Amino acid sequence: MTAKSLWGVLAQYETPAAVFHACEKVRDEGYQQWDSCAPFPVHGLEKAMGVKPSKLPWAVLIVGVLGSSLMLFFQTWAMGNAYPFVVGGKPLFSLPAFVPIWYEITVLSSCVTAFLANWIMNGLPQPYHPAFASKAFERVTDDKFFIMIEATDPKFDLEKTTALLKSSGATMVEELEP
Amino acid sequence: MATATAQTLPNDINTRGDVVLEDPIAGREPLVRGGHDFHAVTEMVCKFNEVEVKKTPKSFLAGLSLAGAVATMFFGYVGYLFWEGPGIWGNNNPVGWAWDIVNFVFWVGIGHAGTLISAILYLFRQKWRTSINRYAEAMTIFAVICASMCVALHTGRIWMDYYLFPLPNQMGLWPNFRSPLEWDVFAVNTYFAVSLLFWFTGLVPDFATLRDRATNKWRQRIYGFLALGWRGSMRHWVTYEKAYQILAAFSAPLVLSVHTIVSFDFAVSQLPGWHTTIFPPYFVAGAIFSGFAMVNTLMLPARHFLGLKDLVTVRHLENINKVILLTGTLVGYAYGMEFFVAAYSGNEYEGFTFINRSFGPYWWAYWIMLSCNVVTPQLFWFKKIRTSVGWSFVLSIFVNIGMWFERFVITVTSLHRDFLVSSWDYFVPVTEVFFLLGTFGLFFTLFLLFVRFFPVIAMSEVKGVMPEANPHWEGYGDHGHGHAAHAAAAEVH
Repeated sequence: MTAKSLWGVLAQYETPAAVFHACEKVRDEGYQQWDSCAPFPVHGLEKAMGVKPSKLPWAVLIVGVLGSSLMLFFQTWAMGNAYPFVVGGKPLFSLPAFVPIWYEITVLSSCVTAFLANWIMNGLPQPYHPAFASKAFERVTDDKFFIMIEATDPKFDLEKTTALLKSSGATMVEELEP
Repeated sequence: MATATAQTLPNDINTRGDVVLEDPIAGREPLVRGGHDFHAVTEMVCKFNEVEVKKTPKSFLAGLSLAGAVATMFFGYVGYLFWEGPGIWGNNNPVGWAWDIVNFVFWVGIGHAGTLISAILYLFRQKWRTSINRYAEAMTIFAVICASMCVALHTGRIWMDYYLFPLPNQMGLWPNFRSPLEWDVFAVNTYFAVSLLFWFTGLVPDFATLRDRATNKWRQRIYGFLALGWRGSMRHWVTYEKAYQILAAFSAPLVLSVHTIVSFDFAVSQLPGWHTTIFPPYFVAGAIFSGFAMVNTLMLPARHFLGLKDLVTVRHLENINKVILLTGTLVGYAYGMEFFVAAYSGNEYEGFTFINRSFGPYWWAYWIMLSCNVVTPQLFWFKKIRTSVGWSFVLSIFVNIGMWFERFVITVTSLHRDFLVSSWDYFVPVTEVFFLLGTFGLFFTLFLLFVRFFPVIAMSEVKGVMPEANPHWEGYGDHGHGHAAHAAAAEVH
C-alpha cells in the first residue's frame, strides 16, 4: 500500500445519471473531503453532493452597496464641495443628474466583485491539481464525469472507498498522487 | 418546406442543408440536431481552433488579410487625424457632429444584441441562446472597441482625452457629473468592462477543454494559462453559476441603460429633432434591432464555414429573425410617433425639422433609412423568409445599412438647419469614409482572430441544455420511459 504518497482516489462515470446516483451514495456514506467534476453543471448535482449554496452574493451585495454609496458621496462632494460650480442652473446637489453615473458605478463595482469573488472563493487560478496527472481526467472538460475522494478524509480507507466507488457504477477507479 | 427526422439526415452537415426537422417529442426543432453526444459537440466546436497554425485554410487567410489591411489603413488614418486634426472631416458649423458620432452610435448599438442574448435571454431561461451567446458577446466587445475608438478620436485634441476621466484639472475643478457626455463616458466604459468580464467568465471552462485536448506545448500553455486551472469541480460550478447569474442580472439593465444614456447625449440638448422623451426606448429598440442583424451577418457565414449547422440551427435563425421583426416594428412605430409628436406639439421648429428630414436636402438618407428599417424586416412575417438562410443574410445587410443611416439622419439633419437661416449649411463627408471602413476592418480582424483561436460556441452551456444532460434522462425511443419514471419518483418524494 502506498499510503505515504496517496492523495486520493479518482473514479470515472459515463453519464450524468451515473455520477448523480454515485454522489448520493458517497454523500450518504458521510465523506467530507471529496468532489465531483463534470464538463457542465449537472442539474441538481450539488444537492446530491450536499454542497451548500454559494456565499458569493453576499460579497457582491457588500461591495456593491459600498461602491454605490461612495460614488454618490463622491459626486456630491466633487460638484458641491471641492469646487462648487453651478451648471445649467442645476442645484449643487442635483440628485437626478447624478443617477446615471451612480447607477453605472453600482453595476461596475458589483460585477467586478462577482468576477473576482468567483475565482477567489474557488481558489483559482490553481495551476496544479493532483487529478491533472491522470490521463483519464483529460476528458472531464469533454464528456466524462468524475468523483474524487481525498485521503485526508476521516472516513477514507483505500480498499473500502475504492469498493464503494466501484459498486456505485464507476467504470474506472485510480489512485492519485499528490 | 421539406421536413425530416434526425435519422434520415445525410451525415455531412454542410451538404444536407437546413431542412426543418420534425421533433420527436414536442413538435419543436431540437436545440442540437443530428443526434450528437457530448463528445461530438466538443469535436465540432474545437475543430477549427485546433487546426495547426501553418495549416490555416487559405480562404481564411485571405479574409484575415483583407480585414487586416483595412484595419492597418485605419491606424494610418488615425495617424493622419492626429497630425491634421478633425479638419480632415467635412464637419462644419452648425454640423459639429457628423460621421464620428454616427459611427459611434452605430457601433455601440450593434453591441446591444450580444448583451441581450447573453444576459436577458439567460435570465428568461431561453435555452436556445447557448448556441449563439459566445460570438454575440464577442461581437459586443469588438463593437464597443470600435465605438470607443470613434468617440475617443472625435475630440480633436486626442491627447487631452484624459479630461473625460474623473480627475480634477489644474484649477481643482472636476468634470461635470451632471453632463450627459460624462454619463456616456461612464456608461460605455462600464459596458465594455462588464461585457469583457462576463465573456471571460463564460470562456474559462471552454479554455479548459482546449487545454485538455491540446496536442502541443504552446497550445497547452496558452490555453492552460487562460483556463486558470479549471477542472470542472462541482463545488466550483456552484459558485461559478452564481457569479454568472449575478453578472447576467447586472448586464441585463445595461442593455437598456447604455443606449438610453447615449440617447441622452441628444435628448438632453434643446435641439428640435433631438429633444424628445421618446429617444431612450427608441434608441434601445434600434440598438437591439441593428445588433441582431449584425449577429445574422456574422453567424450565417460562420456556421457554414465552421460546420456548425447542427448547433446553430434554423430554429436559432428563426428566433433571431423574430426579434428583428419585433424591434424593427418598434423602430417603425418610433419613426411615426416622432412625426405625430412634432405635429401635435404645435412647435414650429419641431414641425419644420421633421418635414425637412423627409423632404429637405437629406431626403435620400431619410428614405434609405425608412425602406431599410421599416419595410425590410416586415418580410419576416413570412415563415419561408425567416427560415431561409439566404434571405436572412441579405435582409440583415439591409438592416445594418438602414441603422447606420438612422443615426446619420438623427445627427446630421437635425443639425444642418440651425435656428438662424444665416447659419444653415450642408454637410458633405471628405475623408470620413476611411473612418467608417477602417472600423469595419478592425471589427472583422478581431472577429476572425476570435473565430480562429477561441471556442465560438459555449460548449459547456450547450452540453448543459442537451436532453442527455439531465440526470433523469434515460434515452429516446424504446428506452424513453424517462419521463414516466421521473414522474413516479417525484410522486414518491
